[in-house]
Amino acid sequence: MKRGAKLIIVDPKRIDLVEYADIWLQPKPGNNVAWINGFMNVIMENNLIDEDYINERTEGFEELKATVKKYTPEEVEKITGIDADKLKEAAMLYGKAEKASILYAMGITQHSNGTDNVKSLVNLALITGNVGKEGAGVNPLRGQNNVQGACDMGGLPNVYPGYQPVDNEDNCKMFSEAWNCSCNLNRGKPLTEIPELVNSGKLKALYIMGENPLVSEPHLKHIDEVFDNLDFIVVQDLFMTETAKKADVVLPAACFAEKDGTFTNTERRVQRVRKAVDAPGEAKDDLSIISMLAERFGVKLSNEPEKVFEEIRKVTPQYAGINYKRIEENDGVCWPCPDEEHPGTPILHIDKIIRGKGLLTAIENKQPQELPDNEYPFLLTTGRRYEQFHTATMTRRSQALNHYCPAAALEIHPDDAKKLNINDGEKIIVSSRRGSITTNAKISERVAKGVVFGCFHFSESAINVLTNPVLDPVAKIPEYKVCAVNIKKA
Amino acid sequence: MSEEMVKFKIDGKEVEVAKGTTILEAARAEGIRIPTFCYHERLTPIGSCRLCMVEVEGYEQPVPACMTPADNEIEVTTQSDLLYEMRRDALKLILLNHPLDCPICDKAGECTLQDLVYEFQIEQVEFQEKLPDKGIPEYATPFIKQWTDRCVMCLRCITACREITGNQAIDIVGKGWDAKVTVVNPELCKSCGECLSVCPTGALTDKLMSVKGRKWFIDRVRTTCVYCGCGCQLDLNVFQDKVIKVTTEHGVGPNKGSLCIKGRYGFEFIHSEDRLTTPLIKKDGEFKEASWDEALDLIAEKLKYIKENNGADAIFGLTSARATNEENYTFQKFFRSVLGTNNVDHCARL
Repeated sequence: MKRGAKLIIVDPKRIDLVEYADIWLQPKPGNNVAWINGFMNVIMENNLIDEDYINERTEGFEELKATVKKYTPEEVEKITGIDADKLKEAAMLYGKAEKASILYAMGITQHSNGTDNVKSLVNLALITGNVGKEGAGVNPLRGQNNVQGACDMGGLPNVYPGYQPVDNEDNCKMFSEAWNCSCNLNRGKPLTEIPELVNSGKLKALYIMGENPLVSEPHLKHIDEVFDNLDFIVVQDLFMTETAKKADVVLPAACFAEKDGTFTNTERRVQRVRKAVDAPGEAKDDLSIISMLAERFGVKLSNEPEKVFEEIRKVTPQYAGINYKRIEENDGVCWPCPDEEHPGTPILHIDKIIRGKGLLTAIENKQPQELPDNEYPFLLTTGRRYEQFHTATMTRRSQALNHYCPAAALEIHPDDAKKLNINDGEKIIVSSRRGSITTNAKISERVAKGVVFGCFHFSESAINVLTNPVLDPVAKIPEYKVCAVNIKKA
Repeated sequence: MSEEMVKFKIDGKEVEVAKGTTILEAARAEGIRIPTFCYHERLTPIGSCRLCMVEVEGYEQPVPACMTPADNEIEVTTQSDLLYEMRRDALKLILLNHPLDCPICDKAGECTLQDLVYEFQIEQVEFQEKLPDKGIPEYATPFIKQWTDRCVMCLRCITACREITGNQAIDIVGKGWDAKVTVVNPELCKSCGECLSVCPTGALTDKLMSVKGRKWFIDRVRTTCVYCGCGCQLDLNVFQDKVIKVTTEHGVGPNKGSLCIKGRYGFEFIHSEDRLTTPLIKKDGEFKEASWDEALDLIAEKLKYIKENNGADAIFGLTSARATNEENYTFQKFFRSVLGTNNVDHCARL
C-alpha cells in the first residue's frame, strides 16, 4: 500500500485491516452473491470488462450478463445493507485496476451456498481479465498449515492423490497396481455426513488422526450422540482432546517439531518440516504409527518420510518434479511441477485457463438457511481469533497466546447490549434451536446491530453447539457463518 | 518500458544499475562490503549510524551509502584510511549509549554491534558520559524485555513496527540524552516480535522462556510453522532437547523473516506436561496405560472384525490438515489399499 495499492475490505465485521482500507463494505452475513453480482453490474454498466479476455478465454458470458443485470447497486443495498454509492465506488476501483487480486477465506465458503460464492468471485475476476497474471487472481487463504497438502495427498473421499477421481476405472487400475491391492471404485463419504451414516447403522468405526471434531463440527450435541453410537473409535493426537476422551484407544502422536516431512502452503509451495527435538515418552510420529498398524495387516508401508515422498511423486502428477533436494535448494517448490527440470508454478492459468475456457456461471443470490426471527432475533456468525488456533489444543498451552485471548467472548453491538441490559464482560446464555452455551459478552462496534460474533476455539463455551449443520450441496461445507440465536443474562 | 539505468564507478569498477539504486545496494550486488549497522534490507534506509559512509569524488564530504542514490559518472570509494577512522569514531559514539555488558547479554554471539566493535578493534570506550539511568521499563508486551541502557537509537524497531507490521506501537519519546524508545500505543501491539527480530543489539530480548541458551549452545532447526496456511519459515532454537525460542532469518520463506504471535510465541505446547506419552486403552470407561503392541493389536483386531462383518465402508478415517504430506498420503493409502474403503476425509471445511 506504500507503493500505491488500494485496499477494499468486504466483511460483516470491522476487522483490523479495515483501518488500512480505502473502502470497507459491511454486508449482512450471508448475501455474498448479491454484492459480487452488484460489482459485476457496475463493471458491465461502465464498460470496464475485458472483452478480449472474455472472448478468448471464457464461456457463458451472455447468461451471466442477463443475471447480473438485476443486481443494480440499489437492489443490492436492499439485500445486503451495503450503501449503493459505496458499492459503486468499490466496484469502479476494482474494475479500473490494471491488476486486482481477490483474497478470501471462510467468510466466502462457510455458507450453504459457499460454492456459489466462490464461483461468483471467479466470475468477477474473469470478466475483468484478472486470472492468470501476477498480482491478480482469486486466492483462497487457507487456515491450516497443511490443509492444501492433505487435499493434494488424497485426504478426501472422492479423489486419490493429485485429485484423481476414485470412481474412474483407469485411476482405480493405476492405483491398484501402484499399491498392489484392489481399490474400491465407490466414492467415500464426506466427514460432514458421518452423523447420517452412524444413525443409519452403516458406519461402525472411526479412526481419527489429529482432528478434534467434538469441538469443530456444527451442532455439537448431535455429534456427541453420534460418537456414542459408534462401536469403535481410535484417536491419535498430542493431547487428551474432547474427541480423544470419547475414544476406545488413544495413541500419543509426535508434533511438528518432532518429525521430518513436508507441508504444502496456501501458495501450493511444498516446504520442509524438520525434526528438532525428540517426542515425549513413547509418543511416535503419525507415519510410524500407521506403518506399525499396517504391519498387523501383513502390509509394509514405509515409515521414512523421504521414501514416502518419492512414492508420492510417482502417483501424483503435480508433485512429479519435486524432491527433498529441490525443496532444500529453492526455498520450497510450487506445484504443478511435472518434472525435475520444471521450476514449479507460482501462478496458475497464465497462457490459458487450465480447463480450456474459464467457466462463467450465472448465479442468483440465496438467503442463508436460518435467519433471525422473533424467537431467535440475533444473527450469529462464527470464526477465529488472531491469537488462538482452531480448537486451541496447542495455542491454549502457550502462555503468550492466552495472555491476549484467554477466554471465549461473544461480540455484541453496544445498542443491542443496551437493549438487553447486558454489561461488558457479563455472563450470558446464548441459545439456538440446537442448544445453549454460557459465555461472556464483549461489547464491540466491530459487529453491526443485530449481528453477534463468536469464535470456536473454546470447548467450555463451544460455539458449535449453536451452529447450523446444513451443508453446501457441492462442497458439503456447513453454514458456520450464519444461524439464529437469542441472548439472555446468565 | 525499459528501466532507466545509471553507470558509475565503485572502487574503480564500472557498474550499471537501475536509476534510484543506492550506492549501498549497488555495492552489495557487486559483492563489495560496506559496514552497516542501522541499515536493514526490509526497511526504508534510516541513516542514523553513519557507519556506511563512502567517499564520492568531487563531493565535499563523505556520504552515507544507504541513503545516496548512485548517479551517472560518479566515482565511489568504499575503503580508505579516512573512512576507517570515521567508521571507528562512529562506533565509539554509538558505544556511548551502550554498556559493554556482553557477558550477561542474550544477544552475545549474534550481535551486530559486538561484531563491529571486534572488527574495528575498539578495546576501550574513550568517550564517557554519565548517562541518566533509564531503568528497565514495561515494554509493549510481557514477552519481550526492553533494556533501555543498551539501546543505541538506531530506530530499526520503530521503523519495522511502522513499515512491516503497519502498526505504530512504539516511538521515540524525549530529546537528547533523555530520548528513548517507548511504547506509545500498547493496544496496537500484538507481540509479533518484529521489533525484537530487527534489533541489532541486545536492547530487546526474549522474555518468554526461563531456560536460556547462548547462541553457541543452540541448534537452530529450520522448519515450517504449524499454524495457518502461510507456510512461514522459522528456526526452532533447541537447547538440551528443548525448544527455547523461535527466530527467523531475514528474507527467507514466504514470510521473509516476519512472524505473527503464533509463529513466534506459540511453541510452548511442544513441551507441555499435558502431552500424551503412552498409548491408552479404555476399560470400563477408564483409560489404562498400554504398550504399543497391546494398543495396535487391539485396533487391528477390531478393524478386521468390523470389515469382515459390516464391510470396509463401515470404517471411516479422518486424516489431518496438521499432519505432513507423507503422513496424509500414507493414511489414505492405508485406508484405500489395506482396509479397502474411500471413506477418508479431513477438516478442510474449517
